[in-house]
Amino acid sequence: MRSSGDTLGALLVQFALLSLLAFGGANAVVPEIHRQAVEVHRWTTDQDFTALFAIAQAAPGPNFMISTLIGWAAAGVPGALVATMAMCGPSCVVAYWGAKLWDRFRDTHWRRALASGLAPATVGLVAATFWLLAHAADANLKLALITAATAAVAYLTRLNPLWALAVAGGLGLLGFV
Amino acid sequence: MQPPFSPGSGRAPSALELFLAFLEVGLSGFGGVLPFARRALVERRAWLTEASFNETLALCQSLPGPNIVNLSVVVGSRFDGVRGAVASVAGLVLAPVAIIIALATLWRRFGTGGHVPGAMRGLAAAAAGLTGATALKMARPMIAGSPRVAGPLMGAAFVGVALLRWPLVWVLLAVAPVGVLLAWRTER
Repeated sequence: MRSSGDTLGALLVQFALLSLLAFGGANAVVPEIHRQAVEVHRWTTDQDFTALFAIAQAAPGPNFMISTLIGWAAAGVPGALVATMAMCGPSCVVAYWGAKLWDRFRDTHWRRALASGLAPATVGLVAATFWLLAHAADANLKLALITAATAAVAYLTRLNPLWALAVAGGLGLLGFV
Repeated sequence: MQPPFSPGSGRAPSALELFLAFLEVGLSGFGGVLPFARRALVERRAWLTEASFNETLALCQSLPGPNIVNLSVVVGSRFDGVRGAVASVAGLVLAPVAIIIALATLWRRFGTGGHVPGAMRGLAAAAAGLTGATALKMARPMIAGSPRVAGPLMGAAFVGVALLRWPLVWVLLAVAPVGVLLAWRTER
């Protein structure tokens, strides 16, 4: 078994890299987090990963906190703190300097091309996140129906997403799924 | 040309005020906190104008990293340099991280008892659905704008990551330059 220092080091490297690859936000790198955490490093199982993602969605706060929970699953509270800092630190430094560059180059052609050229890949990655989560979560037809109904309600209405989570969690609590 | 950053009508905040404002933002948002950031910074405190908020958001969405964390860095640094940025990020992140670690610990302690696993299965299925809706909402304006460019790029990123399970860095290195090049030629 590897020492906890090795695990913390691996968390630091993986999430620092993901921080700089997360164009379009944290949801775009969930498939890569899954690949690293479940397949490469075996920090958690496929089933626990979906449960942790659900906790991250249901808790208040920014949606990068799936990283916090993977760190927690891998190495307890120190792991959670390392993963959080690694996920936010590098991109914070980039954002600090990026804001200064943006102010200087905001009307240039290449700045606009950079922003609109990266956007479609980001959407593809969020769709990949959906695919991965649905694949792991929808173990039976009733769960697949919950996924479909939630997607439809969230896409078509402006209802607070917390209601969908509450109803789905409630159905599960009552033993329906 | 309008100035690059136009503060709102409110008084410029101190580092402590930034910390408290982002503490409120971090704790009020469920499943994404951006709408709450707009409310707190533009509507309630008038630190930024609506237009300035939108442009800052666009900047933060085109930078790598969690968008709302980027937003806290950029807004904080514009008012109070590095100190403002650190205060804003700390305000945003500390309390939610403490709460989520507590929730995860409860889940590990009690998560296998009674109907809790069922509740978690339901929650996970709904969380997947929410992510699907987010992808659809993001895709709609791009498909409507330039279907022949955006469609294949989205598809390539999806297939590479979701179906072929390639490492993200390779997929991005393949898809991103093509996207930027095409945008370079079409955007004027």
